[in-house]
Amino acid sequence: MSPLRPDLAIIAREVTAGARVLDVGCGDGALMAALRDEKQVDARGMELDPANVAECVARGLSVIQGDADTDLSDYPEAAFDFAILSQTLQTTMRPDLVVDQLLRIGRKAFVSFPNFAHWRVRLSLLWGGRMPVTRLLPVAWYETPNIHHVTIDDFRALVRDRGITVEGAWFLSGDRLTSAAAANFRAEHAVFLLSR
Amino acid sequence: MSDDARFGLDRHLVLPGPLALDGGGMLAPVELAYETYGTLNADASNAILLCHALTGDQYVASNHPITGKPGWWTRMVGPGRPIDTDRYFVICPNVIGSCMGSSGPESLAPDGQPYAMRFPVITIRDMVRAQAMLLDHLGIGRLYAVVGGSMGGMQAITWAATYPTRVASAVIIASTARHSAQNIAFHEVGRQAIMADPNWRGGDYYVDGKGPDAGLAVARMAAHITYLSEQGLTEKFGRRLQNRDAKTFGFDADFQVESYLRHQGLSFTDRFDANSYLYITRAMDYFDLAEEHGGHLANAFRGVATRFCLVSFDTDWLYPTSESRNIVHALNASGAPVSFVELSAPFGHDSFLLDVPDLNRVVDGFLKAGGL
Repeated sequence: MSPLRPDLAIIAREVTAGARVLDVGCGDGALMAALRDEKQVDARGMELDPANVAECVARGLSVIQGDADTDLSDYPEAAFDFAILSQTLQTTMRPDLVVDQLLRIGRKAFVSFPNFAHWRVRLSLLWGGRMPVTRLLPVAWYETPNIHHVTIDDFRALVRDRGITVEGAWFLSGDRLTSAAAANFRAEHAVFLLSR
Repeated sequence: MSDDARFGLDRHLVLPGPLALDGGGMLAPVELAYETYGTLNADASNAILLCHALTGDQYVASNHPITGKPGWWTRMVGPGRPIDTDRYFVICPNVIGSCMGSSGPESLAPDGQPYAMRFPVITIRDMVRAQAMLLDHLGIGRLYAVVGGSMGGMQAITWAATYPTRVASAVIIASTARHSAQNIAFHEVGRQAIMADPNWRGGDYYVDGKGPDAGLAVARMAAHITYLSEQGLTEKFGRRLQNRDAKTFGFDADFQVESYLRHQGLSFTDRFDANSYLYITRAMDYFDLAEEHGGHLANAFRGVATRFCLVSFDTDWLYPTSESRNIVHALNASGAPVSFVELSAPFGHDSFLLDVPDLNRVVDGFLKAGGL
């Protein structure tokens, strides 16, 4: 199996063995499969794309077709130890409400997203005057699923305003960790571990 | 195994005890017709129960004795198929109330005459209880899986709710946890068509064999429309005329769709008993799994250790995706492991019986992950 995407590798490392996990926007189930196989995690998934869901179920994963914006309310409170939202926050209609739901159904939540304030993005906008197309944001503005671009500082403000505790944060430049201090400028990607 | 008379094609069993019915009262004797495929392993851990739909039968993967046609789910069941008979031991019983060998209105009552309308009204759960007695007889304590589409899905979900420790996995395809007003309404049209046929005679038509064929055919025609999608009907027939160049300005089957439906209705009467149609549609109409559990569907799955897989189809308006989601919601609330996908297929409700490769992939993967 191909190695996990760097943000997923961080999440996979941090999830405690045997935990109950919901992966929201689980894609083809790569993280769930790794958690199940390596950490005996009871992993459940939610995914919008039916082809991905079929792929997951065919891999033996418990995945339901659903939409993070509307279907998280189906789960009871504290049903999971961890709720995971990787690279999906920026595609939701109401990222703030989705984060609230994650922390309602999970005792803790991992949220990872591409940082729109990375220097490459800034340069592209500053010098090119065009919406950036980068490695982590590879799709042109008119067809991108990313409808709520967010920066690391935006996200820090959101969780602060909502009284959410940041239990851990990891900032990635490529597949390398970078410091928290200059993260809003230097990190392409952020992973936050949140709790209430 | 092969010399064990309990296993094989065209089996019959008279259940050892009376069957207590949801409607009150007992049914005895109870006969079940069933087929088995494959070989039960030494610890009886590879058994899959297949539950058939309203007008289905036990001939899931063998030729039908009346029509001569191949089994109704050979796409799914057989060697190398998702429900692999080289790997699993497959049991498919005819439901009680039906007319292919299991006890139903056509069967003889203790007085030697056919029950006809004296047969008790049965429920989906009654069908399932009878199947559980069959499994006892076959020496199967716990099912590797129970699988069903449409009414078969109602049985599968009832199995998990009624015998939570006896079902490891359940596959519920194009089904629902309750019959809606619309579902009941269509069934009532069918029943009234049968009962309005002068040959029905209060159900006592077995003596001379002249049954309410016209009524049963109309019931089948109306039901058949609900199994297809508008898109499917349009693609298959459109407004094309049947063997003619112009409309006749009469009431012959001018349109291909009329001719098709008339054929479906008539050929159905060759293989199905009208009274059975009344009883089984009634059982479906009475089905409401939440009602059986204090009005909350999630209560039906308290303490259930079963893995669930639900599949719906985007063109199915008989049991639309919202009905499957309703079940998924309840399963999530009870913490059961559940997978769900809405597949895209043009065939409406009948998609579960037709060529939908993703359905085979999903069922195959889900069953294999059950850990046999």
